[in-house]
Amino acid sequence: MFLINCPFCGERDQSEFSSGGEAHIVRPKQPTELSDDEWAEYLFMRKNIKGIQFERWNHAHGCRKWFNVVRDTSNDKILSVYKMGEKPPVNYK
Amino acid sequence: MPNYRIHKTEYIDETKRVSFKYDGKTYFGCEGDTLASALLANGIHLVGRSFKYHRPRGIVSCGAEEPNAICQIGNKKDLTEPNVRATELELYEGLEASSQNCWPNVKFDIGGINNFISPLIPAGFYYKTFMWPKSFWKKVYEPLIRLSAGLGKSPTEPDPDIYDHKHVHYDVLVIGGGISGIIAAKMAAKNNLKTLLVDDKKILGGSTIYQNNEAIKIDNKLSNEWLKNEIQEIKKLSNLTIKTRTSIAAYHGYNFLLAKENLTDHLPEEKKKNKIRQRLWKIRAKKVIIATGSIERPLVFNNNDRPGILLSNSINKYLDYYGVSCGENIILFTNNDSAYETSISLHKKGIKNLIVDLRKSARSELIKQAESLGIKIYFNYVVTNTFGYRKINSLEIMKLSEDGNTTVGNKIKLSCDCLGMSGGWTPMVHMHTQSGGKLNFRDDDQVFLPKENSEDQISVGSCNGDFDLENIIDKTVNKINKFLDIDNQDYQDTNIICSKENDKRNIWLLPNKIPLGKTKCFIDFQNDSTAKDIKLALKEGFRSIEHVKRYTTTGMATDQGKLSNMHALGIIADTAGVKMGTLGTTTFRPPFTPLTFGTLVGRNVGKFFEVVRKTSMHEWHVENNAEFENVGQWKRPWYYPKNGENMHDAVQRESKAARDSAGILDASTLGKIDIQGTDASEFLNRVYTNAWSKLEVGKCRYGLMLNEDGMVYDDGVTTRISENHYLMTTTTGGAANVLSKLEDYLQTEWPELDVYLTSVTDHYSTASICGPNSKKILNKLFPNLDLSDENFPHMSFKEDKLENINCRIMRISFTGEQSYEINIESKYGHSLWKMCIEAGKEFNLTHYGTETMHLLRAEKGFIIVGQDTDGTMTPSDLQMDWIVSKKKFDFIGKRSLYRSDTIREDRKQLVGLLTDDPKEILEEGAQIVSDVKSKPIDMLGHVTSSYFSPNLNKSIALAVVRSGKTMKGQKLIIPMENKNINVTVSDTIFLDKENKRLNA
Repeated sequence: MFLINCPFCGERDQSEFSSGGEAHIVRPKQPTELSDDEWAEYLFMRKNIKGIQFERWNHAHGCRKWFNVVRDTSNDKILSVYKMGEKPPVNYK
Repeated sequence: MPNYRIHKTEYIDETKRVSFKYDGKTYFGCEGDTLASALLANGIHLVGRSFKYHRPRGIVSCGAEEPNAICQIGNKKDLTEPNVRATELELYEGLEASSQNCWPNVKFDIGGINNFISPLIPAGFYYKTFMWPKSFWKKVYEPLIRLSAGLGKSPTEPDPDIYDHKHVHYDVLVIGGGISGIIAAKMAAKNNLKTLLVDDKKILGGSTIYQNNEAIKIDNKLSNEWLKNEIQEIKKLSNLTIKTRTSIAAYHGYNFLLAKENLTDHLPEEKKKNKIRQRLWKIRAKKVIIATGSIERPLVFNNNDRPGILLSNSINKYLDYYGVSCGENIILFTNNDSAYETSISLHKKGIKNLIVDLRKSARSELIKQAESLGIKIYFNYVVTNTFGYRKINSLEIMKLSEDGNTTVGNKIKLSCDCLGMSGGWTPMVHMHTQSGGKLNFRDDDQVFLPKENSEDQISVGSCNGDFDLENIIDKTVNKINKFLDIDNQDYQDTNIICSKENDKRNIWLLPNKIPLGKTKCFIDFQNDSTAKDIKLALKEGFRSIEHVKRYTTTGMATDQGKLSNMHALGIIADTAGVKMGTLGTTTFRPPFTPLTFGTLVGRNVGKFFEVVRKTSMHEWHVENNAEFENVGQWKRPWYYPKNGENMHDAVQRESKAARDSAGILDASTLGKIDIQGTDASEFLNRVYTNAWSKLEVGKCRYGLMLNEDGMVYDDGVTTRISENHYLMTTTTGGAANVLSKLEDYLQTEWPELDVYLTSVTDHYSTASICGPNSKKILNKLFPNLDLSDENFPHMSFKEDKLENINCRIMRISFTGEQSYEINIESKYGHSLWKMCIEAGKEFNLTHYGTETMHLLRAEKGFIIVGQDTDGTMTPSDLQMDWIVSKKKFDFIGKRSLYRSDTIREDRKQLVGLLTDDPKEILEEGAQIVSDVKSKPIDMLGHVTSSYFSPNLNKSIALAVVRSGKTMKGQKLIIPMENKNINVTVSDTIFLDKENKRLNA
C-alpha cells in the first residue's frame, strides 16, 4: 500500500487515490485529421514499462485533484510528484 | 493419571489449576500453560491424524510452526474455530478442544487404513486417478473427495465476537521480542524514536528467556537473568509501546504492516463476553527492524513422524519454561550443538537421556559439559528407524559411512519414550521476503538469509543468520546504530560468554539400508509428503520448486511448510545435482499464520458492511409496502405490491395507471451535477455528442455521453438554469464515475476552460409525476404557475414556490407521457412527496417503482445505459444517429465513430422484438439465432429488455442483434431449454410513435 504525497494535501494512504494510467498522453487537438492508426495510437497504446514510469493519479477521496507521479514499477517506489501542467522532472528519463 | 510436570518454573503458577476438555475428557493444566504444554503434562502426545495417510501424530514444536497439534476449539454453531495450533493457544478455564481429521476418534481412526494402502496413493495421486471415466467425476469422485477433504469444521452461524481495526504510525517497528528485538527496541526508543515492539507470545524474551546454561553468560549472569533485567528497563521507556500476543500477518510495501492482536483468546468464556476478541493493527512505520528469530529443523529419516518425536529445542522449552518433561527416557538426535543444551537441561532435572550425533566429533564447551556429566553420545551415528504406533517406544541407529551417504555396521536398538530432533536452524525470513526483499544462500550451514537492500528495513539476530549470542548482540548493536543513524553505547562493554559453536553436518535425507520406496521419511507432516514423493516428482519431470510444491503439496497445509520447505529444497538440490542456492525458494505469502475472517473484516459487518443511501422519501416507501432494489448504494422502490399482489401484477397495475391517469416516481437518486462558469456551454459541447451552445435559458436537452472509444457511457437531461449555469443529470449508478470523468478532462485536457463542477445529487429530492392528469395535479400544487404548453412546453424548466420553498420544475419525460420533475431541497423531499400524493388522490395518482419505470420507457423504446448497452454500443448501434452532431468539430469519442470497426455494418444493433405469441414473455439475456438446425448455431445477439406491456396488451422486448437495423420484419428464433420461441424484428418504439401523448 503506497503512501502518496498529494501535491495539494500531503502524504496520504493509497486507498484515497485512484490511478489514471500513463501520464503525458496529450489528447490530439484535431482528432478528425488523424488516420485510424494515429488515433488508435492515442486511444489504446500504453507503454506499461518495468522501471521508471510517469503516471497520472487522482486524489479521488480527498481534494479530487489530478496530478503526476514518477514511479519505479519494479519496486513501487514513488520518486517524484508534480502538478498537472508542470514539466516532468528531467532526471528520470 | 500420569504427571509429567516435574519442576516449578516462574512462568507457570502451579497453585492455579485450570480444567479443560480434550476430546471430551477433562484434564487439568496450570495457569501459564498452552494447550500443548498442558496435554504433555498429562502425558498426551497423540493429538491428531495426518491428512492423507491418517497416521497418528503428536505435538512436534512449541510455536507457530506446529504442523500436527491443530485442533478444533469450541463446539457451538457460531463459536467454533478449526485449525488452532495447540502450541500457541493459551490454556483457560473451561477450554474445549478436540482433535481433527480422525473418525471415530484419534486413537482408533478408520482413515488409518490409508496408511496401509499408501503405496497406492503416491504424489499426484488425485491428478492421476480421478481422470476417468469422465462421468464419475460429478457423482462418485467429487463427493468422496469432499468427504475426506479439509481438516476442521467451519462455524455454520454468524460470528458473534467483536473485532476491531486500529491505524497507527511509528518511527520504528520492531518485529519480535527476543533478545535482538529487545536490544533494538531499547536502542531506538532511547534515541527519541517513537517505537512499537510486537511479539506473538504472552511475554517477551524469545528463547533466551528460559536459557539457563552455565556455559552461556552475559555480564557474568545467566542469559535469561540478564534479559529479564533488560525487559524491566525497556518497560520504563516512555516512547516505547510493547504489544504482546500480537503477530505480524503481512508486510506490504512502503512499510505498511498488518498485525493481529489477540485480546481475549486466553480468557475463560465469562471474561470474553462483550470484549473485543482480536484487533487488526494497520501499522505505518518509517523504519522496520525484523527480529523474528529462527525455527529448528527436523531431520528426515524413516518413520520420523511418530507421536513422541519433537524438535529438540521444544523439549527444552517444555522443560525449562513450562516445567514439563516430554518423556522419561529421551534420545536426542542432532547434527549440531543445540541439542546439547536440551540434553544438559534434561540431565539436571534428572531425566535420563542420550545423544545421537551425525557429526564425527565436536569439541565445544557445551559438549565437554555434556560429556563430563556422563551423558552418552553416539558420534557419527544416524537414526534409521523408529517403532511404536501411538507413541514411539524404541529406535534403531547405525553408523554413518565416511562420506555420510550410507550406513555401515550393525543396527543398535535403543528404547525410549521420546525423541528430540535438531537439524539446525532456519532463519524466519518471511517478513523480509514479504516486503519484497531478496535472499542469499549461505553454504556453510545451508540457510537462506536476507539480502539487505533497503534503507527502511533491516533483519537482526537469528533471522539474519546470527545464531550464537556473541554475534547476535554485537552485530545487532552495530547494525541498529548504523540503520537508525544513532550512536548508542549501552552495549559497548557487554561481556558475553558463549561456548556453543555453529558447526553442523547437514544431510537433508538421511541414509538408510531400506530402499527409499519402502520408507516413510516425512518432510511435510501435515500434508503427508515424504522424501519419496519429492523424488517421484523429479523423476516425472518436475524441476521448478513451485511445481514440485504443488504436485506433492509440500508446504501447502495450514503451517505453510515452516518446517518442511527447506528439506524439500535440499532433497531436490541433492537429487538434481544442483546447488541449493540456485533453486530459489517458494514464495512467502501473507499471512504468516492464519488470520480469522473476523479480524480482517473488523467492525464492517451487518449493517456496517456497506454504505446504504436512502432518499428523503425512503420512510414513506417503507410505510407503503415498497419492495426495494439496490442501485449502486441506493435503495430504490422496485414496486409497491398491494393486497398480496405479486411483482408482475403490481407492475401491470402501476404501469396502466401511469398511462391512464397519473403516476409518481421517486427520482431523487438520479445523479445531479451542477455546472457553472463562462465556458459551461463549450464544456457541454465537448462532452456530449449533440450541440449545446444554442440551448435557450430555461430549456432542457437530452444528451448522450461517449467514451473516447466511441461507446455510449452515460445519458441524461441537462437544463440551462441561466446563461452560465447548467444542471446535468446522470444515471443513478453512473453519477460518481461521470463526475470524475468530467473532472479528469477539465483538469488535464482543458484546463483553460472556466468551468466548475459540483455534485448535488444529495442536495435535491425529486418527485416525477407523469400521465394525462399530471398537469392537473401540478396545477393544484402550483396554482400560480402557467402550465400551458405555450408557456411551459415539453423540455423546459420553471422555478416556483411550494409554501415558500423554492422548487425547480422540469417538464421532461422518460415515460412518453406528459411529465414533470419537481426538485426541492432534500430536507423538504418527504413533505413534497406527501403533498404530491395528497394532491393526486382524486386522479388516482399511483406511486410506481423502478420496474414500472423500466416497462414504461421500454414501450417508448428509450434505452437504459447499462441494460441495453454494455460498453460496446455506439450511438449508431442504438439507432440514435439523430443525437450525434455532424457539425461539431470535436467531442469526446467523435473520432472513434468512424474507425473501421465502428462503421462495420454487421455490428450488434438495437432492435425491437415481438413474440409471435403475444402472451410469451422473453427472458432477458436469452440468445437470438436465425437457424437452429446448422451446428454450431450462429448466435446473432441477445435480449436486453423484456416486459409484458399492459398498455399494448402484448409482450415487447428490446434486443441487440447483428445487423439488426436491416432486419425489420424478419423472423428470428429464441432457443430456450424446452422450446424455441419465434419472434419478429420490429421498430424499437412500440407505443405512440408520433409523441402525441407528450402534449396531450
